[in-house]
Amino acid sequence: MTIEANDPVLSIVGKPASLRPVLEWTARRAEPVVIGLTAILIGLAIFSLFILAVGKSPATLFQLMYTGGFASWFSVQNSLSRAAPLLLTALCVALPARLGLVIIGGEGAVVLGGVAAAAMALPLAGTAPVFLTLVLMAMAAMVVGGIWIGLAGFLRHYRGVNETISSLLLSYIAIALMNQFVEGLLRDPASLNKPSTRPLPAEYMLGNIPGMDVHWGLVIGILACIVSWIVIEATSYGFAARIAGGNVRAAQIQGLPVGKLIAGFTALAGSFAGLAGMIEVAAVQGSANASLAAGYGYTGILVAFLARHNPLAIIPVAILLGGIDASGGLIQRRMGLPDATVLVLQGTLFIVILFCETFYGRFKIFNPDLWKRTL
Amino acid sequence: MEETGIGIWGVPLAIFAGAIRVSTPFIFVSLGETITERSGRINLGLEGTLVFGAMTAYAVAVITGSPTFGVLAAMMAGAIFGLIHGWICKFPKVNDIAIGIAMMQFGLGMAFFLGKSFIQPVAPKLPSIALGGWSNMPQVQAALNINVLFFIGAALALFLFWAFKNMRIGLILRVVGDSTDAARAMGIDPDRVRLLATAAGGSLAAIGGAYLSLYYPGSWNEGISSGQGLMAVALVIFARWNPIGCFLAALLFGGAGALGPALQSVGVTQGYYLFYAAPYVLTLIILVATSSPTRSLAGAPGALSLTK
Repeated sequence: MTIEANDPVLSIVGKPASLRPVLEWTARRAEPVVIGLTAILIGLAIFSLFILAVGKSPATLFQLMYTGGFASWFSVQNSLSRAAPLLLTALCVALPARLGLVIIGGEGAVVLGGVAAAAMALPLAGTAPVFLTLVLMAMAAMVVGGIWIGLAGFLRHYRGVNETISSLLLSYIAIALMNQFVEGLLRDPASLNKPSTRPLPAEYMLGNIPGMDVHWGLVIGILACIVSWIVIEATSYGFAARIAGGNVRAAQIQGLPVGKLIAGFTALAGSFAGLAGMIEVAAVQGSANASLAAGYGYTGILVAFLARHNPLAIIPVAILLGGIDASGGLIQRRMGLPDATVLVLQGTLFIVILFCETFYGRFKIFNPDLWKRTL
Repeated sequence: MEETGIGIWGVPLAIFAGAIRVSTPFIFVSLGETITERSGRINLGLEGTLVFGAMTAYAVAVITGSPTFGVLAAMMAGAIFGLIHGWICKFPKVNDIAIGIAMMQFGLGMAFFLGKSFIQPVAPKLPSIALGGWSNMPQVQAALNINVLFFIGAALALFLFWAFKNMRIGLILRVVGDSTDAARAMGIDPDRVRLLATAAGGSLAAIGGAYLSLYYPGSWNEGISSGQGLMAVALVIFARWNPIGCFLAALLFGGAGALGPALQSVGVTQGYYLFYAAPYVLTLIILVATSSPTRSLAGAPGALSLTK
């Protein structure tokens, strides 16, 4: 802040030097947690008013949400299954965000990843070993997804094209491509009402985690979050990316390869979204079809912003939102509310949480630099 | 005159008719977004506003029996969405692009929630003007049956072009958009101008939605928009924040969107789904061709976060 604030003598005045770093650490870590939780509470309050306005009981709704999402082992497993793709699509938003990019086209990488995985499996399934087939499917999905989102990053840096809009356009193009493949070249003649590719043989499916009714996608997603966290926090690439995200000019003056960082991080982000598509195909659908465009890409945006683009924070947030998603059906049946109720809740939470960004740095209690003046 | 259609000439005619029919929502959303962006703010939430406008217009038209009331109600709803977006964005550290995405999700959610019970009823349609009376070919007559909103949109584009240059309010809007500090120095409150500009943009976007539900395709369902609201944002960049450019670009987009159905009508079904991607590919190519990494885009408002 000021010169005095950095003075080693003044900085230890008022508090014992040993306790101070602990307090500072706590205060800085507490800020996103306290503001984030308050934002969620405000969002829930506004949503409750809306539910009251349409003549239903918010208390019943929240109770059902808890029952459907987290009350029993069955519902927890359901929530975890739904969290798996969200972990990966949230990373697709969070990684580029560290470089200051707003990528919203993860959905496109998901659907193309799914199609690529299915296309890779078609000639292999039945002949090649299961593990090898799954690895090749994942690799195909990651390459295609990486190219798709990496293209948005590439265009951003080398052509100055706004990445938010280009990634979204790419996502619409991807959905058209998927429809073309699924209805045309890759279509299984046996799929009548719902065109899809040939189904994956049962033994080639990505199975469940032993002892649980949750597929391996959850483990893959959590591992991807941990790897992303290490890349950002503990490698020189992540450090360079954070500098470039803070100030591009400064990074360029420092001689950092900003263009390569942007292309690399967006490609990594896209490959995670592509992997989400592969998991949808190999663990849930069993084939590539229009269900791939289920909106995971868009919910992922919400998860990433809720987690403030921190890969480790994505894990609990994705499970929370997976639970909300999982309870949607129960709310619909028991309360006679439309299935869009969950969408309204997500939109409300999203707006309030982004709005609360304005409170960061405003409260003295979270800012150790300001303590010195009062102590 | 044979009864069996007009053969290969049907393709350009269908594209022309499609361009006019499909372009109208683009005209309104892009003109609205031009007003908002000229004031230095971006609203990516117009997709949500458009869909909510479509639902409101349809619901009100069903209840009152008047499509005009439907359009007016949609405009009010759109203005409210714009006011919410504008109010939130005036606070420091709030990212207007992210808020736009959030408002889009919220708008879609609210539209699907409140519009659930209006999927079945049939609303009265908006009137159209038959300009094809001179021809005895039914295809030509159908192609020239043009909705009133298209003409209103065209007139609005001309008016805005003139207003930005010559009216006091147009000048204020441009000053605010180019430099917040310059506006303050002139005694203008930039937040208030941006709030009103965002509200105006939202209300125009909602008209685009009303056109979708009350004229073409003319029904309310959850898949009514395929990203028109978001593509209009790209279209504004392509049109260089020029209202007449927006009108022409919207026609181009409409034509691209009509390509697939037009070719299908003459029996070209190969790659049918790829033609759906035509407007998006076109937008992307144009964006890539017109952007530059070194300078900001010609005609871009200086305070706009999108082009920085």
